[in-house]
Amino acid sequence: MSIKLYDIAHSRAGDKGNTLILSLIPYEEKDYELLRDVVTADKVKEHFKGIIHGEILRYELPNISALQFVCQQALAGGVTTSLVMDAHGKTLSYALLEMCIELPAG
Amino acid sequence: MTKKNKVRIGCGAGFSGDRLEPAVNLAEKGDLDYLVLECLAERTIALAQKRKTTDPSQGYDPLLERRIELLLPMLKQKKIRLITNMGAANPVAAADKIIGIARRLGISIKVAAVIGDDVLEHICGDELAMETGNPISWSGQTVSANAYLGADAILPALETGADIIITGRVADPSLFVAPLVHEFGWSLDDADIIAKGTMVGHLMECAGQITGGYFADPVKKPVENMSTLGHPFAEVYPDGSAIIGKVDGTGGTITLATAKEQLLYEVTNPYQYMTPDVSADFTTVFLKQDGKDRIKVTGGSGSKKPSTLKVSIGYKAGFTGEGEITFAGANALERARLAGEIMQERLYTQFTELRVDYIGHTSVHPTSLAHDHKPYEVRLRVAGKAATTDEAAIIGQEVEALYTNGPAGGGGVRKYVNEVIGIVSILMDRNTPKSSVIVKEYEH
Repeated sequence: MSIKLYDIAHSRAGDKGNTLILSLIPYEEKDYELLRDVVTADKVKEHFKGIIHGEILRYELPNISALQFVCQQALAGGVTTSLVMDAHGKTLSYALLEMCIELPAG
Repeated sequence: MTKKNKVRIGCGAGFSGDRLEPAVNLAEKGDLDYLVLECLAERTIALAQKRKTTDPSQGYDPLLERRIELLLPMLKQKKIRLITNMGAANPVAAADKIIGIARRLGISIKVAAVIGDDVLEHICGDELAMETGNPISWSGQTVSANAYLGADAILPALETGADIIITGRVADPSLFVAPLVHEFGWSLDDADIIAKGTMVGHLMECAGQITGGYFADPVKKPVENMSTLGHPFAEVYPDGSAIIGKVDGTGGTITLATAKEQLLYEVTNPYQYMTPDVSADFTTVFLKQDGKDRIKVTGGSGSKKPSTLKVSIGYKAGFTGEGEITFAGANALERARLAGEIMQERLYTQFTELRVDYIGHTSVHPTSLAHDHKPYEVRLRVAGKAATTDEAAIIGQEVEALYTNGPAGGGGVRKYVNEVIGIVSILMDRNTPKSSVIVKEYEH
């Protein structure tokens, strides 16, 4: 069965210069391992093709059952001089939650 | 001085334009020892510097007067000390302004201004920007340079006994670390305890962002009474653990989910969250729900503070011109696209950097994410960069001229011209900025 990340997790976007930071937090802590196994940095890079141009580093925080994605070259040059509408990339948390994942059988 | 066994710090503003009344509510009902107002974004200080250049008595936060007028009687009555970075580019002028307000209200007050973050005199232009690796002078004319000062710069101000401590650029968590160090007698060299205080500061610094603000999503993440959202307080203990809560009866919610989102907000490396005070490790923190709208924060560790300070450089980055027009009904997207193509053809030779967005369709997520739908209405937005205001204004004029020269049914044109202040960062030896404290007093 395929679900959207939106169904089981929430996210907040932050920015530092041209770097986009996305948290991914399951509503149920039991889903942390699923997200850790499935939502890899590569998968996020593929999902954000055309938006994130640089490297993506993924941090695991089992202490709070959350993942953090730190994405380079993601904000069209950065907040202060960018011509884009959402220069902070604040809406991109919901772009992450659009990702579809397959639930393991059983 | 007897050391307290707990300290209560409220955060009544998380950015310059934040609501006014949550701070008043915290002061009135939060049983606070300290109130922090964090009002200084990266770019705010460069804009403030511009105002100071035109008028030396300006350059502090534009809402300072309204916030202080509302808060001062309550702060005095409840003996709450205020710590705020509303001094922006001119903390001394801000202190004078506060003295003026106190005189008008007939309230005795002592204000300590922390200065020394302004390091423009140390900048030569050859410094390499962290973002680009190029000399900062290549970006444009430098208008401001402010070092992020730490808790060590705020402590002497607290030691004066001032009722209000007003700063320019300091690291946001340091606004919280300083009073904790002052009250508990923590050592600034004890990295673990400073990391714990920093973590509490980080959870608090965006005010409403931990009480349900910027969190709500109907059905999945419901938050009640957001029109009266309460801002948070932290009750901190000498071991660095804390309870985050809010005043009963205010709107909003504090849950593990709101706390986790805020803990990770803008953190580029959870193992090394760098401030002037410490490198904090957020992977050793524990959060626990401790009753309704209460989160207990424990754990957290740190390592030695950096030998450099981050300096935010503001520079002139020219102007942006923008124009917008809406299309709706049958074929709306195609008509908007036709208008966009016309704008490209007419403007691309004049503007090296031009952007065409379709609001309602691909303006914020320009990818293939769910873009197969046909929107009922679409707003075309054209934006470009220019060296002068006159040049920038051409964009809006061209979009407006689509009324009689463009596709059918366009409406609601708006046009804008804005000056752009860019920001880059450099690192500076932490001993270069010399901070000091200037005290102003009014006796009624």
